[in-house]
Amino acid sequence: MAVLLITEHNNKELRPFTLNAATAASQIDSDVHAVIIGQNSADAAKQLSELPVVKKVLSVEGAHYENFTAENFAPVIVKLAENYSHIVCSANTFGKNLMPRIAAHLDTSQVSDIIKVISPDTFLRPIYAGNAFATIKSNDAKKCVTIRPTSFDPCESTGGSAPIEKVDASEEFSNTKFIKREEIKSDRPELGTARIVVSGGRGMQSGDNFKLITEIADKLGAAIGASRAAVDAGYISNDHQVGQTGKVVVPDLYIAIGISGAIQHLAGMKESKVIVAINKDGEAPIFSVADYGLEADLFEALPQFMEELNKLNTIQK
Amino acid sequence: MKILVAVKRVIDYNVQIRVKEDGTGVVTDNVKMSTNPPDDNAIEEAVKIKEAGKATEVVAVTVGEEKAQETVRKALAVGADRGIHVKVDGILEPLAVSKILQKIVDKEKPDLVFMGKQAIDDDCNQTGQMLSALLNWPQATFASKIDVKDNKLEVTREIDEGLETIEINVPAIVTCDLRLNEPRYASLPNIMKAKKKPIEEIAASDLGVDLSPRLEQLKVEEPPKRKAGIKVANVAELVQKLKNEAKVI
Repeated sequence: MAVLLITEHNNKELRPFTLNAATAASQIDSDVHAVIIGQNSADAAKQLSELPVVKKVLSVEGAHYENFTAENFAPVIVKLAENYSHIVCSANTFGKNLMPRIAAHLDTSQVSDIIKVISPDTFLRPIYAGNAFATIKSNDAKKCVTIRPTSFDPCESTGGSAPIEKVDASEEFSNTKFIKREEIKSDRPELGTARIVVSGGRGMQSGDNFKLITEIADKLGAAIGASRAAVDAGYISNDHQVGQTGKVVVPDLYIAIGISGAIQHLAGMKESKVIVAINKDGEAPIFSVADYGLEADLFEALPQFMEELNKLNTIQK
Repeated sequence: MKILVAVKRVIDYNVQIRVKEDGTGVVTDNVKMSTNPPDDNAIEEAVKIKEAGKATEVVAVTVGEEKAQETVRKALAVGADRGIHVKVDGILEPLAVSKILQKIVDKEKPDLVFMGKQAIDDDCNQTGQMLSALLNWPQATFASKIDVKDNKLEVTREIDEGLETIEINVPAIVTCDLRLNEPRYASLPNIMKAKKKPIEEIAASDLGVDLSPRLEQLKVEEPPKRKAGIKVANVAELVQKLKNEAKVI
């Protein structure tokens, strides 16, 4: 039986992690169908049909789908699930909110946040904030799987031409009402997908001092992250938090500034390709995961860092 | 309004996790255990709502072995009125836990069920959503703000794009984010008082729920270690290494 991929989108276009989830789905079975549930989402459905790994698109439209409410989405997918062996979605807040609702209706034990498909019924997933990896085999007839998007490469986005089939909408769930969404607008890349992340911790000492990080991030085209300690101290808003309960990031370069490296923080960044730590405490645990460690006072090091960057002829973006 | 709060006993968040050599799990013997951190936020919020005169009773429930009762006792010490301990040996999957909680909801008839958004041991992030599916109740996951309005809640949710606000009708499930509030510490007199509060013990096997595992944990292993890095002498050397050796800037 085929795999059903749940599409994350904003009604106009696909959200980027859909491409990573599509890759994971195609590693389970080459026959991937994608369901897109939304309102006036035809453009996004067309984009979906162009992903070469997607063999069929199922499109469901209705006013009550405009805001992606799990209570409205779940019945549609539960009904479609009859024809599929696996239901797959990203383990971001969209998928985390939605998939267990589907799994419970299907009486299936969900496998959350996998980082590897070992076989169609066996998956690798981090537990204890990535301090251990568990190999899990699912014995349920239908498998509900959420995937950690940063562990799978995005699939090709052009060249496919899957047929788009309309599917009937289900009834509205009347006990949940969407009020508003406040998206954090930024000219910088999104923390979850940025190639470079520059993060500050409690060592920054104040919110004002984060401008030292902002400067460097602007120069490098980087996203700005923070440790939970910096967020809790009120230096920066919590949407910047990297860690077990914040965002898990896997950039090419992660620069940790004034971050000691608590277990929860390491869980969110230690898979980064290159890690730099700048900290005046040479014994800080962050140095145990850093490829390049600089033991220095950040208030001296950061202006110098900026100076050195300014000397470079080119900076990769 | 009556609030049921589900709490879970997990390895304390400050403990460095060690994987067992035989690959069957992580070391839990002689390891400090605590209440799952966002479950503390769930209890705190329920108690605050009661203190504001908007709830009449806060009931804490846990599902787990003998010692899991400590988490209920702790909830009682910070303001929950009574506790329920559903006793079970071994580890249950979130699906089984949500089925047990469904039975407790049938019995207790709460208006709201609160719990943490995720347990920091298995990191599943499922139980609240599964329970709301089984009950066909609305769900507000990852809550960072809750306003109680008559028979409705206005909840601000932390989502990847920023914040989302929804309105849900009671009865409802809310899963709590760490940002929701600052959990209080239990005072010594309250810890003493909590010892007198009742905890009802129920055997999971008496609830008529299918608890059989659907998943097999084949192996637990250490994540691949990063190879040791180097210390650089100064900023110039760092930038030079990033440019010419790591080639990332």
